[in-house]
Amino acid sequence: MAETVPVKVTVNGAEHEARVEPRTLLVHFLRDDLDLTGTHIGCDTTNCGACTVLVDGVPMKSCTMFAVQADGHDLTTVEGLGVDGGGLEPIQQGFHEEHGLQCGFCTPGMMLVGKALLDRNPDPTEADIRKAISGNLCRCTGYQNIVKSIRHAAEQIRTGAAAGAEAGGGAA
Amino acid sequence: MIPAAFDYHAPASLEEALDLLASHEDAKLLAGGQSLIPMMRFRLAEPGVIVDLGRVDGLAGIVEEEGGLWIGAMTRHADVEASDPVRVRYPLLHDAASVIADPIVRNRGTVAGSLVHADPAGDWGSVMLACRAELEVHGPDGERTVAMDDLFVTTFMTSLSPGEIVTGIRLPPAGERSGGAYEKLERKVGDFATVAVAARLELAGDGTCESAGIALTAVGATNLRAAEAEEALVGAEPDEEAIAGAAKAAAGASNPTADNRGSVEYKRDMVRVLTERALRRAAARARGEA
Amino acid sequence: MSQATAQDIGGLGHSVRRKEDARFVRGKGRYVDDIKLKGMTYLALVRSPYAHARIGSIDISKAMEVEGVLAVITGADLEEAGLAWMPTLSHDQQMVLATGKVLFQGQEVAAVVAESRAAAADGAAAVRVDYVELPVVVDPHAALGDDAPVLREDRDEKSNHIFHWEAGDREATDAIFDACDVVVSQDMVYQRCHPAPLECCACVADWDPVNEKMTIYMTSQAPHAHRTLFALVAGLPEHKIRIISPDVGGGFGNKVPIYPGYVVSAVASLKLGRPVKWTEERSGNLQSTGFARDYHMHAELAATKDGKIRALRVKTLGDHGAFNAAAQPSKFPAGFYNICSGSYDLENAFVEVDGAYTNKAPGGIAYRCSFRVTEASYLIERTVDVLADEMGLDPAELRKRNFIDPGKFPYDTPLGWTYDSGNYVGAMDRALEMVGYDDLLKEQEEKRARGEIMGVGISSFTEIVGAGPGKQCDIAGIEMFDSCEVRVHPTGKVLARIGVQTQGQGHETTFAQILAEELGIPVGDITVEHGDTDTAPYGLGTYASRSTPVAGAATAVAARKVRAKAQKIAAHLLEVDEADLEWKDYAFRVKGAPDRSKTMQDIAFAAYTNVPEGLEAGLEAVDYYDPPNMTYPFGTYICVVDIDPGTGDWKVRKFVAVDDCGTVINPMVVEGQIHGGLTEGFAISKMQLIDYDENGSITGGNFMEYLIPTAVEAPHWDTDRTVTPSPHHPIGAKGVGESPNVGSPAAFVNAVIDALSPYGVRHIDMPITSDKVWKALRDAGVEG
Repeated sequence: MAETVPVKVTVNGAEHEARVEPRTLLVHFLRDDLDLTGTHIGCDTTNCGACTVLVDGVPMKSCTMFAVQADGHDLTTVEGLGVDGGGLEPIQQGFHEEHGLQCGFCTPGMMLVGKALLDRNPDPTEADIRKAISGNLCRCTGYQNIVKSIRHAAEQIRTGAAAGAEAGGGAA
Repeated sequence: MIPAAFDYHAPASLEEALDLLASHEDAKLLAGGQSLIPMMRFRLAEPGVIVDLGRVDGLAGIVEEEGGLWIGAMTRHADVEASDPVRVRYPLLHDAASVIADPIVRNRGTVAGSLVHADPAGDWGSVMLACRAELEVHGPDGERTVAMDDLFVTTFMTSLSPGEIVTGIRLPPAGERSGGAYEKLERKVGDFATVAVAARLELAGDGTCESAGIALTAVGATNLRAAEAEEALVGAEPDEEAIAGAAKAAAGASNPTADNRGSVEYKRDMVRVLTERALRRAAARARGEA
Repeated sequence: MSQATAQDIGGLGHSVRRKEDARFVRGKGRYVDDIKLKGMTYLALVRSPYAHARIGSIDISKAMEVEGVLAVITGADLEEAGLAWMPTLSHDQQMVLATGKVLFQGQEVAAVVAESRAAAADGAAAVRVDYVELPVVVDPHAALGDDAPVLREDRDEKSNHIFHWEAGDREATDAIFDACDVVVSQDMVYQRCHPAPLECCACVADWDPVNEKMTIYMTSQAPHAHRTLFALVAGLPEHKIRIISPDVGGGFGNKVPIYPGYVVSAVASLKLGRPVKWTEERSGNLQSTGFARDYHMHAELAATKDGKIRALRVKTLGDHGAFNAAAQPSKFPAGFYNICSGSYDLENAFVEVDGAYTNKAPGGIAYRCSFRVTEASYLIERTVDVLADEMGLDPAELRKRNFIDPGKFPYDTPLGWTYDSGNYVGAMDRALEMVGYDDLLKEQEEKRARGEIMGVGISSFTEIVGAGPGKQCDIAGIEMFDSCEVRVHPTGKVLARIGVQTQGQGHETTFAQILAEELGIPVGDITVEHGDTDTAPYGLGTYASRSTPVAGAATAVAARKVRAKAQKIAAHLLEVDEADLEWKDYAFRVKGAPDRSKTMQDIAFAAYTNVPEGLEAGLEAVDYYDPPNMTYPFGTYICVVDIDPGTGDWKVRKFVAVDDCGTVINPMVVEGQIHGGLTEGFAISKMQLIDYDENGSITGGNFMEYLIPTAVEAPHWDTDRTVTPSPHHPIGAKGVGESPNVGSPAAFVNAVIDALSPYGVRHIDMPITSDKVWKALRDAGVEG
């Protein structure tokens, strides 16, 4: 075993310090060491994007980064989405309202990519959205409702009527 | 899929990085890691020492200068894609940056990392060959320049020595009447090219080609420059006939192998088809039509 | 109180937003790999690099030296415990870990258990196996040749032939063919592909030595069936086994079988007395777990001069790989392949299927289809287009001439099924209207004159789902009923548990909607649980679109049992005779005085506080539902493609899907299922192939080569529906999850072939890649 190295990262606003083997992938660090299991692993060839997290606001595949490379950076995982009190932020509301998820496995990555897209382009076209999420695979939805979900979030942000709504049961 | 163990170094300066390379025989440079880390996960690569260039300042950026364009070695594909000067004056680079791997990989993978990986299916190799780019290389004996034509030896092998580090890529200035285009045929986003073609044209005042650059992706042991196709265009007006001739020459220069993406015949014909398309768009852009 | 409406309670037909979303959009789903137990260890598999090889020796010494490695398990270790082989779901046996030899590349050879994922991986890399290569059989036709090596030395029968199966009347069918004016035939291969759910297989096996109980968290589409199989295989008492299938990241048939990774994890936990986690890697998933299709089909149709199809004849060879691990009802070695007469009113038909062993991964599972139904649907819908081409008839017109008339249901097919209900022409007319069929044909004519290449493809499929009547359908002897248990709490809130298991279909919402409709209790007051064998009633699981047809029926019937008791209590509360009450607008009301009423909430409280004499307290029911018949969803899909003559690439310009799955529980969920299945069908038709070279090395064993379309390639889908309820299902629902995968491949292929038909092309096998189209065009002299 190689010597461990220190890692200090901010994840979802909280600072974490740990020592890891250099070979520890960021995704394993998040899941196994920090218990942030919302970030998933769906392949071994950097194709599926289920492991996507935001590094300083930019989506990256955490299976293709060593944890040590994230040292000093600011990370956002799916657990960092939402508003105070457990409410949903627009991107989450969009996925809930437009049925943008089925099995839920790609959803964290998709939402984070959607959020990053809306941060730089508040009014994306369908083509913009399809391109933005093309590094993330979904086997359930056929993407059509994911596109609608991100559009829904864009609308929500624009009309400012977003904060606080709750996902759960309830009739449409 | 967990890589074999290794020792990790993250030098803060180029000098330190060069020293680390000099003192560790089995050291491997880590740039964006989008090719290296998957290979390490499959244990197809098991370097004993990783030297991470991520903490070295001054290796990233895009600078337009008198002498052309400088792209820092650690510049991410996405930064090239998003660059306005690149989009306006180096459309060939913009085209290529928009179709490398997938958008998330582009946020992390680097231009020079991809180049020195020397995968013949890599996109930057063809782009830089077509552009007559030069690499700025630092080594134990100081700095030197490596022309793109001298970079690739064979698949996954370059002429750089193990102790050297690419720090940047220099492109000649794009003239007023220059244009380029990248045409990539892929089975889906995220796939390597079945075939791709990089084309660059510089027109003289009379509309004839002053210079031409054409290079091919995924049809040989390395990215290939289609020299005969280039020569066929120089001095000619890039009309349909000239383009068709150059495309045929490019197809002749290709040396593809059959795989899941298609037969030898298919790929060779795709070189022709994509060269035509790339040249048409390059010419239109050079004329200011697109 | 004001009357509740279906909208208020979230009953049938409403796009209720999903309950399960609340956890998924917060990253709080709980998939198997998310589970972390105290003292947990990690298991990694050593896989064979060879497709067929004798195993000389296995040297584990270096692996045992790796820091953190606790144990290395080989086939020899399992043999000692009598666990080296396990039964498949198709009367065959499969090696858990290789003993003596390996039969496919990627086969499980040894397992390393360690304190960490990394140590397990290091240990697996350090296991040294000596292989002596043996001749490899890749082609199933060659496998049945006289000179083929016998692959399965463990079997008494010294041949690579697995089974012969047939349906229909051979002689009567032959007689029709002999007498018919028009006969067409077509060879076609439905290629080997893989369901590839985004979450790979995984388990955590947790042996509790004190209580002698084995708990296994696993990615399972059928937890109860797996519990019984574990009991049978491992000899553990069934009440001491608990299978928990938590959130499942997609299944599509891949998570129906039991895989070696699960079994060896359980063995390792027994051995170590510690929890053992096995998380499959994508390459392992694609290389070793259940593939789908690999049917090599020959189809013939006999028709009259005026386009009346009279008979169908089919001969098929199925490649099952090294072990026959097809997952299907025991009595159906070729699944429900004899649904291949499709939507057509034929005089007769005959189908025969043979199965063969090859040096490839074992399987033959259903990738988002009821057992072999997508192969059958593709076969008939493709062959009908071949006939249309032969006769110069419009494919829509030819289909309409041959559809089973809506007045003929229930309809007995010549291959032995009884279709419950259908209106095929209704679905087709709607699809033709949506797509603007006549305009498309005009446009195509104009484009053809200009040398542009576009095509229109139709598929009018009929499915068979909802297995099944228990007398016909069983898994390892267990009849394929399904179940629901409903408890109404005193305050009128409901807990229901079902025997099926969601993998994204949204059962927690849609099954609550069935209960809401039947009980008049708002969907938000109903919790639906599943996936834990200690709590849920026994069920056969979710696959073959059977959840709604079988467990959905059980849910409605269980609710009606609750309602029957509730009626007695309502009568007691209202001081009227039971017979004077009717269930209307979600309450029991006195006939003629509807304002005198009791809601289920009123009744629930009374059930625990004020029951009439002679009635036991409580308000709950359980139902095990054995359906009287399958259900037969159907629809028409129409696809429009444009072809790039330069590259041969084809793009879907428009795709219209009109589905009829009977009564719709949640339109939003149904539409989502259609989108997903169509996208899978598109992927199969265009890019998915698990292929092997002549050495039996897999090409397509990771996501670089086994292609999943992204949002850029995936077409836009236009959907609509007709509603023809199933007459035998309690709420008239038929199931929908698989229709789009079953029906769509033929639509894509028919569209591409239609585009290429002016160039003399009648068929191209899937996946229709650009290079295949390019070759067809260049062969016809088209220079792109």
